[in-house]
Amino acid sequence: METALKKSELVARLRSDILSLQGFRAPALGVKHDDFGLGPVMKAFPEGVFPRVGMHEFVSNSPEQTAATSGFMAALAGKMMKEDGLCVWVGRHRNVYPFALSQFGVTPDRVIFVDLKKDKDLLWAIEEALKCDALSAVIGEIKELNLTESRRLQLAVEESKVTGLLHRVSPRLSGPVAAVCRWRISPLPGGADQVLPGIGFPRWQVTIEKVRSGEPGSWPLEFRDGSFEMISQPVLAEEYISKAG
Amino acid sequence: MKRYVAIWFRHLLVDRVLLRQPELAEKPFVLAAKERGRMLVKAASRDTQKLGIEAGMVLADARAVQPDLEVLDYDPLLAEKLLLALAEWAIRYSPLVAVDLPDGLILDVTGCAHLWGSETAYLKDIASRLKASGYDVRTAMADTIGAAWAVSRYSRAFPIIEPGEQLAALLQLPPHALRLEAAVVEKMQKLGLYQIKSFIYMPPSVLRRRFGQGTLDQIGKALGNSQEAFEPVCPMEPYQERLSSLEPIRTATGIEIAIQKLLEMLCARLVKDGKGARQAILRCYRIDGEIQQVAIGTSGPSCSASHMFKLFELKIASIEPALGIELFVMEAPVIEPSGNAQETLWDLSSANKMTAIAELLDRLSARAGSDVIHRYLPAEHHWPERAITEAVSLTDQSQTDWRTDQHRPVQLLAEPERIIVSAPVPDYPPMLFRYKGDIHRIKKADGPSRIEQEWWISDGLHRDYYAVEDEQGGRYWIFRLGHYGEETNPEWFIHGFFA
Repeated sequence: METALKKSELVARLRSDILSLQGFRAPALGVKHDDFGLGPVMKAFPEGVFPRVGMHEFVSNSPEQTAATSGFMAALAGKMMKEDGLCVWVGRHRNVYPFALSQFGVTPDRVIFVDLKKDKDLLWAIEEALKCDALSAVIGEIKELNLTESRRLQLAVEESKVTGLLHRVSPRLSGPVAAVCRWRISPLPGGADQVLPGIGFPRWQVTIEKVRSGEPGSWPLEFRDGSFEMISQPVLAEEYISKAG
Repeated sequence: MKRYVAIWFRHLLVDRVLLRQPELAEKPFVLAAKERGRMLVKAASRDTQKLGIEAGMVLADARAVQPDLEVLDYDPLLAEKLLLALAEWAIRYSPLVAVDLPDGLILDVTGCAHLWGSETAYLKDIASRLKASGYDVRTAMADTIGAAWAVSRYSRAFPIIEPGEQLAALLQLPPHALRLEAAVVEKMQKLGLYQIKSFIYMPPSVLRRRFGQGTLDQIGKALGNSQEAFEPVCPMEPYQERLSSLEPIRTATGIEIAIQKLLEMLCARLVKDGKGARQAILRCYRIDGEIQQVAIGTSGPSCSASHMFKLFELKIASIEPALGIELFVMEAPVIEPSGNAQETLWDLSSANKMTAIAELLDRLSARAGSDVIHRYLPAEHHWPERAITEAVSLTDQSQTDWRTDQHRPVQLLAEPERIIVSAPVPDYPPMLFRYKGDIHRIKKADGPSRIEQEWWISDGLHRDYYAVEDEQGGRYWIFRLGHYGEETNPEWFIHGFFA
């Protein structure tokens, strides 16, 4: 009985050691850690901490998904940059409209766009940017990526502690990639809870398809006034109006 | 009008020995060196000079005069080294100081003396400071180097020669004062020309025939009729470093080492001057006479050898050494003052952060070209394509704030693309549209919001924008170009995707 208890303690300790080696850090007591307002999504991550030291892979297959992913990534990067951070956005056929980034809590002039033509240059530029620890985040848009290349990026991240957000736009191959998690962001139609006409706030189905040492899951989120909000139970219009009087 | 000061160290080496070894002050000593198989006196202390021992005497003869003579080694390069150090010290008096071998300094003091109040005070300050530090000096100031030199060495009169008075000051002096060749001086003394005034008024043709063109030149220099070359110790050199190789270099490793060495030399100079390079050019001179050239540019003044090396590293592959490179020349043609020399001490500042990012951008643009990096600032235009403008530099700040009240798509197409819509007239949002073969049924819509062409920039129709959402939740920014007319229906376009 006693040995069994010890064993389970040992396993727990080893697990937390492995996690810390992988770049996850358990929140110290009383220290507020960054949860970026992601709320329930944080449950997917080990220890409930957003893995800052890691590559995050985002996959999108349609222009609508690409736009949703860009918005979500911009919102995440905005949370990481805070007031004075800088971010590098590396892409090939970049369609991101800097003007719109301010809606996601990013000051557009704090983002440096690097537009490259060759895939080889693209990977190199992302890696170089990830090595620069003066940055808050690096966003890379790339089509294909194999395991070796992603390992290199992951190693660069572990060295510099700069979070990498890798956006794979319509990839043909879906082999394993050395990223801490794989996200898929799809747009959600406005539901019955929307009382006002028009298209409203950005809404996404945020899916974590894979996460290292964590629990994958899927959550509907809305980005409202600079923070992520869980979409709650639909409120019917009549109900809302009756409440409001 | 130029003004020069000549400083003559009367006993340069002896004073130096006494500064180093004060215990020798009471003893007779000479500095001697071996020459043509015998020891020659090169410099003699004041006491021994009184006994008739002087430079050029054979040591054995000097020993005969003074048996307990102390003999010290003479270092042939010492005088020059000493004068260079003194010249660097004298830069406090004028930025242009030249060494005048074997025992003097020349200062170009044009426009400097008034800082000390007057020329007298200025000259006095130089002399008294040098005397206080143990050097026996004579100084003189004149319009020409020649006149100042002559007065400092051969005149006992007041050492400041008023502008234009060189001739009068020289008249009483011996011909030596003109720095003539020894043979010429000897000839003059044989002819009884003991003072400059006895020959200076002779016609030039006579002087040239008797004493050569050199004499005329020296007279011209002393009087200010011809220019005398002046070589300052610290010239304003361009930022250029050279490295020649013993063996022709053909390997990438060799080129790397050469670049590293050159950059270290260049950066040491840049750091000393508080400057940073914005551009650096490496020229490789090949054996076959060809010159290979690579250039790098930085986004901010840089004096970091490792950073510039990283930029060059990307270009080494483009250097073709062929049979070998025999000379490397590194040049920094564009230099800017660098304001953050303190950054190595304080690693926490945001300036340091900016440097790291600037270095990253330099690397990126060095490999992929300078047109790949973009940063945007808000522009005061409603027309979406013109609402942002490219920032010139990393530190460029916007005059206005970013607007958040305008709903704009996160993905904007470079060119609006045609779509086919079915829309109720006149101003309702469309019911469905077809884009790239897919039909999107519109469930929700905002709009129209009209954006007019800015007529002062370009002509064209206005756009009526609608933000629409289809049944899958995809959100699009579409617009109608112009009004519904009588005959033609307006065209519809998709311009972007909302997140």
